[in-house]
Amino acid sequence: MEIQNILVIFFAAAFTENILLARFLGMCSFLAVSRQVKTAVGLGTAVVFVLAFTAVLNVYVHRLLVHFELEYLRYVAFIIVIAAFVQFVEIVIERFSPVLYYALGIFLPLITVNCAVLGVSLFMLNKGGPGGYGPLEAFAYGAGSGVGWMLAIIAMAGIREKMERSRVPRGLEGPGIALIIAGIMALAFIGLAGVLQPA
Amino acid sequence: MAHVLTAIAVMAGMAGLLAVLIIVADAVLLNYGECAITINGEEPRVVQGGSSLLASLMAHDIFIPSACGGRGSCGLCKLKVLEGGGPLLPTEAPHLTKEEIAAGVRLSCQVRVRSDMAIEVPEEILSVREFTGRVSKIVELNYDTRLLRIELEEPAEMSFRAGQYVQIETPPYGKTAEPVYRAYSIATDPAETGAFELVIRRVPNGICTTYVFEIMKEGDPVTFNGPYGEFYLRDTDAEVLFIAGGSGISPIRAILRRMAREGSMRKATFFYGANERRDLYMVEEMRALEEKIANFRYVPALGRPAPDDGWDGETGLVTEVIDRHVPDASAMEAYLCGSPGMIDACVKLLRSKGLTEDRIFFDKFA
Repeated sequence: MEIQNILVIFFAAAFTENILLARFLGMCSFLAVSRQVKTAVGLGTAVVFVLAFTAVLNVYVHRLLVHFELEYLRYVAFIIVIAAFVQFVEIVIERFSPVLYYALGIFLPLITVNCAVLGVSLFMLNKGGPGGYGPLEAFAYGAGSGVGWMLAIIAMAGIREKMERSRVPRGLEGPGIALIIAGIMALAFIGLAGVLQPA
Repeated sequence: MAHVLTAIAVMAGMAGLLAVLIIVADAVLLNYGECAITINGEEPRVVQGGSSLLASLMAHDIFIPSACGGRGSCGLCKLKVLEGGGPLLPTEAPHLTKEEIAAGVRLSCQVRVRSDMAIEVPEEILSVREFTGRVSKIVELNYDTRLLRIELEEPAEMSFRAGQYVQIETPPYGKTAEPVYRAYSIATDPAETGAFELVIRRVPNGICTTYVFEIMKEGDPVTFNGPYGEFYLRDTDAEVLFIAGGSGISPIRAILRRMAREGSMRKATFFYGANERRDLYMVEEMRALEEKIANFRYVPALGRPAPDDGWDGETGLVTEVIDRHVPDASAMEAYLCGSPGMIDACVKLLRSKGLTEDRIFFDKFA
């Protein structure tokens, strides 16, 4: 059934094929912004928004490219769409929440080069029937990946906030221990592999 | 061939469309319309929203002091915002104490005008004026420092205290699309009416100093506002320590000239720190002031004199020289002007010699 498949796509993208913990995309802002739960939530929401809508936009862009036999330009075209959309999101955030805008600082425009965003747009071309996902499935896939990424970064922020008082070996402080934690989280997610199979 | 053209057309069309979308979003969403700012409870002034509070006030001839020109690094533009300031920004927090934040004090260069606001501006700032003048003389003091003599045109007189500073406007040119303001201390006695002098040291890639050194000529018009600052000689009988480096000599020269004119009998010593002999300037003027002022001594100190400098004066860091000359500072007043690093080091030294913070005055040239 249509709706059931959409839901499976969403949950598969969020959990069993978590873009960050199973596919290892989007690590840099994940490591850099995961020190406080508050900023992690802010950035995570922005990423969900960007991922969901760029996935849909890129479905249509891809169809346009196929129509003109320009499929090989998909990398460039997708990135242009992603960059413009992130710029748009920046303007919206600056207008409605200046505090979040200044708190995110440089990491907002860095969503553009977050490989998870380009990754989602490219992966969805290989999924579903011939021609990839339609707009509704793409939205579910993008939103699901975003939610998965957001859950991972919030979980990481929660762990790091709790770890403020722990005795971390000096050489591992900062990114070192963060990567080890990410690895352990990823190990847990391997257990979910294959549980959900989108049609 | 047709294929290449199609590819170009499609990509260009897409990019163009997206660019239009962003321009429209920017114009619609970041357009805050007209906002009314109420100052000290008086008739509100209407400004175009979207700029910083500092810039909006300046457009209404209210000149808030700012040494860094609105970048959020000097902390001088503090104002009390009663309404409409929005939440505190992370760029403001380091400059404000908990009491200030509770009282609604904000950095006006970081607060954006997005809605109607109510603020409080101290009277002294409201009496700051904008002046136009003309550069009547440019003197090369040494390899990286110039003296500008500026004649006041409109208004023709400016009343200030020796030691205060003005903000000079650099007009748009290569390095800046909008006018930029930088603060420089006045280097002349207030009694010399009609004109004043500034000492300007070149900053590599500096917006204002590049303009002064490469484009400004004698006879050019110049716009500035002021006077600002709490750096002036306090009216007591305590012995005075002047300490400066680089262009920090500027406000001290103004104070010394005033002391000479008034025939001050106060004991004063001026420690000036530099690296090599070629960094020194105004040496003859300082020696002449030693004759004119009853109890004044000028002590230049070179940190790294070049071998062929033939230097027989004090050597070492200015802190070391002060340490040698001043055993006990508890009954003195100190006036420091120069780089933040030099000032921090000297303040630490003076406090260790018994001088309390309330008698140390400084102007950090950041």
